[in-house]
Amino acid sequence: MNQLPENTVDRTNHRDPGDSANPGESANPANPASTDDFALWAALRRHTQARIGLGRAGCGLPTRHRLELQAAHAAARDAVHSPFDPDTVAAALTGMPSVRVRSAAPDRLAYLQRPDLGRRLHPTDRAHLPAGEWDVVFVVADGLSSRAVHEHAAAVVRATVSLLPADFRVAPVVLAEQARVALGDDIAWAMDAAMVVVLVGERPGMSAADSLGAYLTYRPRPGITTDADRNCLSNIRPPLGLTYEGAAGKLAALLGRARELGLTGVGLKDESDHEHVIGRLP
Amino acid sequence: MARTVAAMSVYTSTLSGERHRFVSLARLLAAASPERSGDRLAGLAASSARERVAARWALAEVPLATFLTEPVIPYETDDVTRLILDTHDPVAFAPVAGMTVGELREWLLSEAADAEALTALAAGLTPEMVAAVSKLMGNADLVAVARKVRVVTAFRSTIGLPGRLATRLQPNHPTDDPAGVAAALLDGLLLGSGDAVIGINPATDSPKAVRDLLELLDGVITRYGIPTQSCVLSHVTTSVDLMERGAPVDLVFQSIAGSQAANASFGVTLGLLDEAYEAALALDRGTVGRNVMYFETGQGSALSADAHHGVDQQTVETRAYAVARRYQPLLVNTVVGFIGPEYLYDGRQILRAALEDHFCGKLLGLPMGLDICYTNHADADDDDIATMLTMLGVAGASFVICTPGGDDIMLNYQSASYHDALYLREVLGLRPAPEFEAWLGSIGLLDERGAIREVAAHPLTAIGRGLAA
Repeated sequence: MNQLPENTVDRTNHRDPGDSANPGESANPANPASTDDFALWAALRRHTQARIGLGRAGCGLPTRHRLELQAAHAAARDAVHSPFDPDTVAAALTGMPSVRVRSAAPDRLAYLQRPDLGRRLHPTDRAHLPAGEWDVVFVVADGLSSRAVHEHAAAVVRATVSLLPADFRVAPVVLAEQARVALGDDIAWAMDAAMVVVLVGERPGMSAADSLGAYLTYRPRPGITTDADRNCLSNIRPPLGLTYEGAAGKLAALLGRARELGLTGVGLKDESDHEHVIGRLP
Repeated sequence: MARTVAAMSVYTSTLSGERHRFVSLARLLAAASPERSGDRLAGLAASSARERVAARWALAEVPLATFLTEPVIPYETDDVTRLILDTHDPVAFAPVAGMTVGELREWLLSEAADAEALTALAAGLTPEMVAAVSKLMGNADLVAVARKVRVVTAFRSTIGLPGRLATRLQPNHPTDDPAGVAAALLDGLLLGSGDAVIGINPATDSPKAVRDLLELLDGVITRYGIPTQSCVLSHVTTSVDLMERGAPVDLVFQSIAGSQAANASFGVTLGLLDEAYEAALALDRGTVGRNVMYFETGQGSALSADAHHGVDQQTVETRAYAVARRYQPLLVNTVVGFIGPEYLYDGRQILRAALEDHFCGKLLGLPMGLDICYTNHADADDDDIATMLTMLGVAGASFVICTPGGDDIMLNYQSASYHDALYLREVLGLRPAPEFEAWLGSIGLLDERGAIREVAAHPLTAIGRGLAA
């Protein structure tokens, strides 16, 4: 029972310790697993990513599965704590202008414990934001996974902008550090932008630490706008999740409809993941 | 040493020559609370370690009777406060009526407070009294007192008997895929899990999807004669609707909190819960008992809904237990580490909250269990799960929630695993609920010591063979 096919169980991108020797096997000589069982669990894993049929070492997990869980958790922890590097994103925007701001959260510790600070602009950084009659401002926010932002955010911005009508006035991209979704409200307000799209690193899970979310809000008002006023795409993470082109297509369509109707949120019927995210935003 | 004066709802305390002032009972409770991020987020935490201890000195001298006359949330505007004060039992309260909070702590720890005395006292205690005394207790105190309390409930299995630990088998799936759910269900059953409930958090609240899952679980329970109950954790209104249409609802679930406004944010009122309770009782689906409700709670939910009224998160959590006990639930659990680091920052804070919630729930007469868990942005890991599980096992938790490998792929957090429950039963000599234990024995899943066997080609795998084909 403690042997698993590589392609179904390994969701963590780590080197399989079983490549050289399976550290779980010798620890569990009494395991009466049969070939039948092996085949059964392999077949059942087609239906779920849950960690089923792991076998046992006494009451514990076989060593291999314990280490696999730790590897998944390590990837998630590192995604939360790796510093945001705005230079990486700015370079990947290839010529699109960008500006940088910080939230009022001074560091990661404060960010994690004080979501209110992550939703407000740092007082001196408001001056970095060029006001103008913008139709939309894209905010790249580190959120809970800087890795997701480094890997995916610039590509989504570029793909989305390329699909917008020519008359769309797109503001310089704002690269925001220690930022939560609602920081976009403060930013859009300061720039007088009609709409804001916040691309943010989602809370890492055990199967994905690089998932990017996109939150669209029409005419946000800091402190008044709620999560119900937003539309959301989650799990932007090619090739397993939503692709850049797929995300850009949906975002561009949402932006067009939102501008036409003058609203976002529950009133804007769409294909977004709205229902699943209320109250659980990064 | 400390000197304390209470007058006109202002509490003061002088500690090592420094005078501390607390302008209300709620502020005093908040300042006395062990440190946690959520109280700092709310601006309620003690401003220094000295102030925290000074608050405890002052709190220790507050007469218990004060809690009956100084509600932390006004009686006029909050139905949870009204529920607490209107159902308070002065006869049950009599043995401790003359005590202060500090004296109650000492009495609870004494031999006089045995299982019988604690059962008799439950209806005489209010949530705020229990929260207050917990703030004067160390982690070991919380374990020592909680393990003396007996709360026994039943539906098809009996929960809370001495020497027993039940588990909720949680076979969640991100799209409610029936085959995926069944696969995780089989995994849990083969590891001896599921005697508290087989409970699924559905991905959507659509009545059709919820009903499909209910039928799936009911089919397995019926076909294999499993003495347990199912629950699909949908909103109470969905359950009422499905009961009216004849769906096989064993337990009615609802998330609840400690203020009227916080409950409103969950879309529930006491009236709705009353209606659901009556409907579930009328179905009469239990075989060994008639406890038909299942509640989840958790510190931080009131603050998260901006409905905490300036009350610290542990005290307002305890008020949710007054809502729960109105319905004589089969199961109540705190989802203690689920809410995130802005409320409970790390393993130490989550452990403390777990012990508090369990202690407070038990003292108020609830069948208290736990979802011992953490999210990936909290500073905690699987070692914290093991530590918490062990302490809560010693404390006599009624049940714990278990997931495949400790990884919930639907809710994206880590909880205890089926293996963890095997560990806890093994090291503490705890056994499953008696009806479920007998069933496990009858299908050959128990070895000669009564532990779960590692089995190959068990008949139960028929649940999976159809799916695998």
